[in-house]
Amino acid sequence: MDIYRENIIEHYKNPLNHHPMEDATLVDEDLNPLCGDRIKIWVKLDGSTETVESMTFQGNGCAISQATTSMLTEVVPGMSIDEVESISQEDIRELVGVSLSPVRLKCALLGIKVVQAALLKYRANQIKNGE
Amino acid sequence: MNIISDDDAMNQQILVEKIREDFPIFKQKVRNNLDLVYLDNAATTQKPRQVIESLTDYYTHWNSNVHRGIHYLSEVASDMYEKAHQDVGKLIGASMEEIIFTKNTTEGLNLVARGLEQKLKPGDEIVLSRMEHHSNLVPFQIIAKRTGAKLKFIETSNSQLLDIHSAEKVITDNTKLVSVPHMSNVLGSINPMEQISEIAHEHNSLFMIDGAQSVPHIPINVKTLNPDFLAFSGHKMLAPMGIGTLYGKASVLEEFEPLLYGGDMIRSVSYESATWNDLPWKFEAGTPNVGGGIAFGTAVNYLLDLDMHRVRRIEHDLTNYLIKRMKETDYVKIFGPEDINHRGGVVSFNIFNKDGMLIHPHDVSTLLDEKGIAIRAGHHCAQPLIESLHTPATNRISFYIYNTFQEIDYTLEVLENIHTMFS
Ligand SMILES: Cc1ncc(COP(=O)(O)O)c(C=O)c1O
Repeated sequence: MDIYRENIIEHYKNPLNHHPMEDATLVDEDLNPLCGDRIKIWVKLDGSTETVESMTFQGNGCAISQATTSMLTEVVPGMSIDEVESISQEDIRELVGVSLSPVRLKCALLGIKVVQAALLKYRANQIKNGE
Repeated sequence: MNIISDDDAMNQQILVEKIREDFPIFKQKVRNNLDLVYLDNAATTQKPRQVIESLTDYYTHWNSNVHRGIHYLSEVASDMYEKAHQDVGKLIGASMEEIIFTKNTTEGLNLVARGLEQKLKPGDEIVLSRMEHHSNLVPFQIIAKRTGAKLKFIETSNSQLLDIHSAEKVITDNTKLVSVPHMSNVLGSINPMEQISEIAHEHNSLFMIDGAQSVPHIPINVKTLNPDFLAFSGHKMLAPMGIGTLYGKASVLEEFEPLLYGGDMIRSVSYESATWNDLPWKFEAGTPNVGGGIAFGTAVNYLLDLDMHRVRRIEHDLTNYLIKRMKETDYVKIFGPEDINHRGGVVSFNIFNKDGMLIHPHDVSTLLDEKGIAIRAGHHCAQPLIESLHTPATNRISFYIYNTFQEIDYTLEVLENIHTMFS
């Protein structure tokens, strides 16, 4: 039972930052149509420094998708928008720390996909508003 | 279904061991040198060597187009291909002209939906059920939208079967077609087809059975169930992929327009018009899957030799044992009918950790897979039904003639480990 390191099960059972955020800058959500895994995220940005101040999430789905997103809520705060946007598949694999089949990799990538999509929309809005 | 007495149990185990010998796939190892425990038979079954050989035999010795060549190979191939229609007919009590070879169940269901579309007008009704596979739902959603016909649904009873009282209410004189699954691929329910067939016909409606999960597993006779159509897939009953059957009552097929036009399905053609060939060829336009059809015949003969009552008995005993063992634990929730006599060899379930938290089916199937055990997890192409069960997904174990009690023991042992690991 290699791929389920204890920390994945721990994050699944007791996810971190697992609640809505009232004063969030960004809210977004997505699902993995194949599995039905669902993730909603809240992100608070510091507009002046363009960095993430905090992140929370809620959702349901498999241990891999939920645990990876839980881990992200620890990693992402403090990063600049650009840094978050450049998080790669490889970075996520490293974060999870176990080998994942292509199907299960999709589960692991769901959380970061939602965060990056939210940031992309934020950037698009900035441009539209002429900032 | 009791042609076999209980003290035959031992003989049955010996028989299953013999059956396994016919399946080359069980001779190989999976992952890190593990035995394959294949419990995903509702998705597709494994193929015995007889079927594989029959396919290669056709391509090695008899490859030629059917119904066209005035030459030796074509004559033999045409005979073999027609014989396969007869054999499939024999399995369900139908004659050759009522057996249309299709690609799969889905094609058969679509063929009827499209044929019906030409006869539908606003206000007409199509009756389905709450346990549809997407393939018996989506085609009818589309033709209902196009024609203004209305979709209605037979509800599920507390015993997890199609509810006859609901059927009596929902089916009316406006109903043009009732199409329902004989056996649910999620709940395992074996639905009361004879009664629904009767109700449909009392209202002069056509009646179609989605037999994808029943024809491979239980004895079926179209003379007693009396459907106008019955669709099933070869690949779920030992045959290769890409071959299936739509049974249609001859008198009904005569009235139905073909879905595809072209070669083989015509009697005579002028530049202006054409007339249709005899049944079943009217519905098999173009060069068919001859090799697959012949191998389908071989698969059906394998099952006929075994006897469908015996098939049912093997699966019944496995299912009974699995459910009994699962009920001995306090962390497994089983879906579907309580009454084993109304349940086929399909068991959907979820497992929980010691605090009652769901262990997600995708995690369960990944962990089983690491031990060489293949099951299905997800919504099983029946999303509305899964949502009505108030669960994001289920695990599904489904049996066939080669599964053993030892495989169940091993699987339950791994499930117990998963439960512990998440607790
Ligand atoms: C009840 C039911 N109907 C229809 C189908 C569709 O079969 P196929 O994919 O072979 O067309 C399936 C297959 O999973 C099924 O279980």
